[in-house]
Amino acid sequence: MKLSNVEEAMLAGELGEPRRWAMDHMIKVGTMFDAADFVEVTQAHMMADPESIGPAGLELVEQMARHPEAERRVAIPMITDPRGVDLNHYRPLGQTEEMAEIERRFIAACGELGIMMTNTCINYQTILPPVHGEHVAFGDTGVVIYSNSVLGARSNFEGGPSALAAGLTGRTPRYGLHLDERRLATRRFVVRHQPEGLTGWGALGAVIGQKSGSYWAVPVIEGIERQPGSDEMKHFGAAMASYGSTPLFHIVGVTTEAPTLAAVGGDKLPAEEIGAEDLAALQARFGAKGDPVDVVVFAAPQLSLVEMNQVAALCDGRSLHPDTAMIVCTSPSVFADALRLGLVGRIEATGAKVLEGTCFYNQYAREIGEANGWKRLLSNSAKIVNILGGYGYQPALASMEHCIESACTGRIVQ
Amino acid sequence: MIELLCHPGIGPTVEGEALVAKDGFSARYDLDRVKGVFSRPQHALAGESYVGKVLVLDTAKGGVASAWMLHEMKSRGIIPAAILFNTANTILAQGAALADLTMCDRFADGDVTTLIRTGDHVRVDPAKGHVTILNR
Repeated sequence: MKLSNVEEAMLAGELGEPRRWAMDHMIKVGTMFDAADFVEVTQAHMMADPESIGPAGLELVEQMARHPEAERRVAIPMITDPRGVDLNHYRPLGQTEEMAEIERRFIAACGELGIMMTNTCINYQTILPPVHGEHVAFGDTGVVIYSNSVLGARSNFEGGPSALAAGLTGRTPRYGLHLDERRLATRRFVVRHQPEGLTGWGALGAVIGQKSGSYWAVPVIEGIERQPGSDEMKHFGAAMASYGSTPLFHIVGVTTEAPTLAAVGGDKLPAEEIGAEDLAALQARFGAKGDPVDVVVFAAPQLSLVEMNQVAALCDGRSLHPDTAMIVCTSPSVFADALRLGLVGRIEATGAKVLEGTCFYNQYAREIGEANGWKRLLSNSAKIVNILGGYGYQPALASMEHCIESACTGRIVQ
Repeated sequence: MIELLCHPGIGPTVEGEALVAKDGFSARYDLDRVKGVFSRPQHALAGESYVGKVLVLDTAKGGVASAWMLHEMKSRGIIPAAILFNTANTILAQGAALADLTMCDRFADGDVTTLIRTGDHVRVDPAKGHVTILNR
């Protein structure tokens, strides 16, 4: 890779060990993907929940935090993805002191590095949405796909270590979605059945993600008849990224880079139709109508203030079934607003719990499932039902309305 | 011996027994990382131990967590010897770089999940982009 003078200096360790580590890490990755050089980025967003990092990842970041301030502070604004432990509510979930201690120590180390603990996977709705053409280094696949597709920003999927490296140096290897040619459509889908509600959009995203099936696939979608909103695009993108590992989509007439099919090269591609049967097949995988439900989860992505308001309205005057729990995950900034507006109180009056700054699947999902005897899980998130099968759950998918009805009756309504 | 060419990758030269499936890979979605087995019931390798194996799979799936998780798995020694893909994604490459785990992708002779068979003894040289099947 071609390096500038400052990049050479960082690699040589002249600006401290953390930045030397960062350059070395990024050069290994950039070389694998044939990056010619680096591109400067304006923000970094790091996924680093305690379950993923483990004691080894904690030690790595704590070592960086021991370097002199001039060597360890991040070079650009850097924020964080959801945490794995809500330090105000972890013992009742069956999370251990050991888990909470990794969390506390990691937060302290991030503070030493100058990282802002936003603890959110909806930073594009709540913190600082990037603009068209802006190069960023974002983690969390849902954040990346929304920022690339809806906003026209430019980011690869950056795992925690690479996001940290980008934060320390203010740059990332120029490969993948930082390049114009990687953003052109490679698959063309025509939607013949309009998605309804957040879960419908999630299911459509899941189907397209499954069919696309690769990080290097870029789907362009035609046939959407109604302009979607931000929460619908959020569920659509998060599901597509989860099922397909795809980081970018275009919807003709909706997303930034696709005013026309031809603008993203879609006119040269054969059209593949997606009908009601494709969506029904996806939803059938997560069907469990009439079964008892152990836990209902709203998360993945964290809920926006608008979603919190919708959940609160559906909760009014209701109580959870005695054998069913309900967990709602949102960001700290939305939590503060939802508390102020009385939404948290209305949701928790049912017996549910609103968690702050976490997301259910990255908070030791296996351990909390075992501790609480949760097996049958219901969610309106197509993303989370895809993840949790590997964690020992039997996940089912239903709309927000049906999720809350199920939580109150104890049986799955679909 | 059969010599396969791939794109230069990440990590040291290693040898090991191949475990092959035409399926994806995500450390978060697919693995019980404590027991060292594939745990997602729908995965083609469900129930199989991946510890010390050269995993040969189609593509990287899922989210960003694998970038930390490979490093965490390495620290406990419950990790594959190498992972070969038809196409890796950025996250698995980043995870391999942090963990110093051997990883390569993009094979010149076609689908690596048919070129290599479960039980083959293979050597992976990521710097050169060479994978050698030693038993055939």
